[in-house]
Amino acid sequence: MMRVVSVILYLLLAPFAGALLDGFDRIITARMQGRKGPPFFQPFYDLSKLFSKQMIAVNGVQLLLILSYLVFLAVAGSMLFAGADILMCLFLLSTADMFLVMAASSDSSPFATMGASREMLQMMAYEPLTLLLAVGFYLATGSFQVVDIIHMPLSSVLMMPGFLLGFMFITAIKLRKSPFDLSTSHHAHQEMVKGLTTEMAGPILAIMNIAEYYEITLMLGIVALFFLNQNWWSWPLAIVACLFMYFLEILWDNVSARVKWRTLLDSCWVVTLLTGGLNFLILMLIK
Amino acid sequence: MGKLAKSPWMLHYDGSSCNGCDIEVLACTTPVYDVERFGIINTGDPFQADILLITGGINSQSESVVKQIYSQMPNPKVVVAVGICACTGGIFKECYNIKGGVDTVIPVDIYVPGCAARPQAIIDGVVKAVELLQKKREAFASQRKKSGT
Repeated sequence: MMRVVSVILYLLLAPFAGALLDGFDRIITARMQGRKGPPFFQPFYDLSKLFSKQMIAVNGVQLLLILSYLVFLAVAGSMLFAGADILMCLFLLSTADMFLVMAASSDSSPFATMGASREMLQMMAYEPLTLLLAVGFYLATGSFQVVDIIHMPLSSVLMMPGFLLGFMFITAIKLRKSPFDLSTSHHAHQEMVKGLTTEMAGPILAIMNIAEYYEITLMLGIVALFFLNQNWWSWPLAIVACLFMYFLEILWDNVSARVKWRTLLDSCWVVTLLTGGLNFLILMLIK
Repeated sequence: MGKLAKSPWMLHYDGSSCNGCDIEVLACTTPVYDVERFGIINTGDPFQADILLITGGINSQSESVVKQIYSQMPNPKVVVAVGICACTGGIFKECYNIKGGVDTVIPVDIYVPGCAARPQAIIDGVVKAVELLQKKREAFASQRKKSGT
C-alpha cells in the first residue's frame, strides 16, 4: 500500500518539485551574478506559456519520442520511489535518454543532430559510474532493492562516500549544468543554438521540461538513498543533504566554463575510477 | 497579466547594425537592467522565441535571413525594431545596399527609436510588446478554438 501511495505521489508531485527547484535555481543563479532574477514561480509561467503556443514540429515522430522520454523517466523514478530494483531504475534512465537522442536527431537541423551526438558522449561519460553505483549499493547493503537499502541500521553513505562524490560529479551532466552542459544548455548564446532542443517548439519543449523535472527529482532521490536508514531522523537529514547538493551544483554551474568533449570524457572516467572504483575495491575487500 | 506576459522569450538578430544597438540590447541582460526579472530570456532559438528584436536596417543579404527567422517563430509572436536604422533605415537609408527599415521585409509591431536606443527605451518597447503579445495570444486561442485544433 505504502509503495502505491509513494509512486502516485511521485508521479503527481515530482514535476512540481522539479519546477520549484528550477525556480530556486534561477533565483540563486541570478543572485550569484548580482542580478535580481525572475519570480520564484517562473518555471510554471514558462510551462503554461509553452503549452499555449503554436505547435511547430518538423515531423510527427518527434512528439512521440519526447513523450516516450517523459514516460520512461517517470517509470524509472517510480521504480526508485516504489522501493524496487535500483539496477532496473538506472537501466530505464539510460533508455529514456536514448529516446531524447532519437527525438533530437529525428529532424534535419545540424544543431539538434550535433546536440544528439554530444548527448551520447555524455551518456558514455556518466554510464560507468551509474552501473558501478548499483553494484556499490549491493556490496554495501547486500541487496539491489531500494526498500532494503533504506532499512539498513546505518546510512549507506558511511560505506560508500566515494560513490557519493562520484555521483555528485556526474549529476552535473544529468542536470545540464556547466561545465558539462555540452548537448544543450539553460543559457542562451552558445555555439550550437540550443543543441538537443533546437527544433523543439511550444508544447514539445514543455513536455521536455516536465521530463527534466522528473529527472531532477529522480537524481535527488538517488542522493537521498545514500543517507536514508531505518531511523526517522535520516529523512530530514536526507532532504537537507539533497538541497545542499543541489546548491553545490548551482555553485559549480556558475563558477565554471564549459569544457571540451574530450575533457568531459577523460575527467568523468578518471573520477569514476578514483571515487567509484576505489570505493568498490575497498567494499570488496572488507565484505 | 496572462501567460505570455509573464514569460516572453526574445530572440535578438542584427540586420546590418553598427553594433551600437546590439550592445544596448545586451546591456539589458546585465545586472544593472536585468530583464530576467520580468521572466524574459534572451534565447538564441527562433523555435522558442516570442519576441523578435531586430537592430539595424535590412540589406539584400540579411533579407532572406530575417524572413526565415520570422517564419520559424511559432504564433503568437511580436516583432520589435530597435534603433532608428531598424525603424526607417536611419542614416544608411539612402545607401545603395539598404532596403530600409525592418518593415520593408516583415511586419513590425513596435518601433523603438534612438541612436543608439537606450536600455530603458528597449525595456519599455519590450514591455509594450508583451502587452501586444497578450492580445495576440487571446486572438490566437479563440481562433484555435474555432478551428478545433
